[in-house]
Amino acid sequence: MGEETFLQKLNRQKISYLFIIVPLALFIVFQLAPVFISFLWSFTKYDVLSSPRFVGLENYRNILFNDPLFWKAMKNTVFYVLGVVPAGVCLSLLLAVAIDQKIRFKNFFKSIFFLPTVTAIVAVSVIWKWLYAGEKYGLLNYWIMKLGFQPVDWLASPEWTLPSIMIMSIWAGLGYNMILFLAGLQTIPSAMYEAADIDGAGFWDKFFNITLPLLKPTIVFVTMMSFIFSFQVFEQVYIMTGGQEGIGGVLNSALTIVAYLYDKGFQKFQMGYASALAYLIFSCIFVLTMVNKRLMKTEVRY
Amino acid sequence: MFPDTGIGKESLVIKTFIYVFLIAGAVTMALPYVWMLVTSFKPLEEIHAFPPTFMIKNPTLQPYKDLFSMMPMMRYMFNSLFVAGAVTLFNVFATSLAGYAFAKHKFWGRDIIFFLFIGSLMIPWQVNIIPGFVIVKKLGWLNSYKGLIIPSMAWCAFGIFLNRQFIYSIPDDLIDAARIDGCSEFMIYRKVILPLIRPVLSTMAIFTFLQQWNNFVWPLVVIHTSRMRTIPLALAVLTGQFGSKFAMVMAGAVVATLPILIVYLVFQKYIIKGVAMTGLKA
Repeated sequence: MGEETFLQKLNRQKISYLFIIVPLALFIVFQLAPVFISFLWSFTKYDVLSSPRFVGLENYRNILFNDPLFWKAMKNTVFYVLGVVPAGVCLSLLLAVAIDQKIRFKNFFKSIFFLPTVTAIVAVSVIWKWLYAGEKYGLLNYWIMKLGFQPVDWLASPEWTLPSIMIMSIWAGLGYNMILFLAGLQTIPSAMYEAADIDGAGFWDKFFNITLPLLKPTIVFVTMMSFIFSFQVFEQVYIMTGGQEGIGGVLNSALTIVAYLYDKGFQKFQMGYASALAYLIFSCIFVLTMVNKRLMKTEVRY
Repeated sequence: MFPDTGIGKESLVIKTFIYVFLIAGAVTMALPYVWMLVTSFKPLEEIHAFPPTFMIKNPTLQPYKDLFSMMPMMRYMFNSLFVAGAVTLFNVFATSLAGYAFAKHKFWGRDIIFFLFIGSLMIPWQVNIIPGFVIVKKLGWLNSYKGLIIPSMAWCAFGIFLNRQFIYSIPDDLIDAARIDGCSEFMIYRKVILPLIRPVLSTMAIFTFLQQWNNFVWPLVVIHTSRMRTIPLALAVLTGQFGSKFAMVMAGAVVATLPILIVYLVFQKYIIKGVAMTGLKA
């Protein structure tokens, strides 16, 4: 086939291009091009109706130096992430270890913990909104009062709005992380535990000296995935705080960064500003991903 | 797995502790669902009765009747089903075909294009959604099935990646043998590749369907007319507008959750295995 020209080659390969052309075209139009377009727009003022006007770094400058709401949203998001990720990871790890024992109804437990993962987060939020409902008929408050505490103003108070959403998110995320941990647990050779048994190790000895160290790669992976997912929390905030006052809850106490972007972009139609926000979010996630890659490289040997 | 060797005192304590922990957890998981179901059959007086109970004295279908008369729920069900179905069909077919090309064909630009697909997985949706919305608007696709379906089809990078990995492990000899028998490339895909990757495809189909059925952000952005809403969007509007009609809102939540629950119960094993294998999230 020595003397094949470029065009002949293309002709021979056209079937391959035919196989990828449709997804590729869609991908370019709706995924790839938008990445560049929003980058360009982040340097403009754009309200969709008139064409974008170049303003240089103004959006970024305004976000970082003149926008207290951005910093509020950032603070809320960091608070949310730092609450949801450690609690979620620890609880789901314990669940996975518990389910991995020789117990009955293994599959039943697995399915029930996994249930919220397949339920629309919108539906989950709607259900929890009802659980959190006010003093009189909220189920949670009724139990809290029965235990002798004051009822909590869950979604109606600035102190509790974000924690309420966090509790729900931890609940909703347990099953997904648990399944990832269970997959990780299967990679630990059972000979390790048998050897420990011979040495007379107890349950917790085995947990801290075998399970935890050998599960480190999975723990790092799950933690980082949770970081990235929870940094982008949106639906919960939209459903649980949306309403008359707009997204974000009382005094913006639960305004997270993606919710803020949605508000700027799709309610105030400041597309340039929202694009700049999107790129700031992207950079945060990019840094997290890079940290993840670094941590993943520190391999565990056994 | 910690194999029990002795029936020591400690192992018994631990085992009891584990069961208590798991049962408490399972109850916590199930409770919101049970409460949703119970509430959706309660008449008004019982909703506001204090203390709240899980027992219904006079169960009623009124919340469901209210819901279906207040909103065109059947239409919304159809919208969700149609959108999720169309995207799923496309994804399963297109990503496996493309996955085959990426795995077994040599063509100019293959690695660069594949790299672009993979790279896009790192990009959060916040970056694409603003231009995505404007593009859809410029195309005149707002408030239409086209606007819901076609841009969602573009989220195919992960599927292509997954298919490529599986097809890559299929021996070349099989494909060459088919070629010698005179099969066209498309026939090879249909007769050799497809049967071998069926497990991957079914996992992908289930996940794509779940993701699309539950998808909220994209419909929220491109749909502004009542008739084009999908189920999650309708549910959001329902809580926004009739937030105080708890029974009706819970009836809405039941309608939104039930089809998924059925899919889940039927395909449970695939779904859980799929997550463990690929990290896919519904």
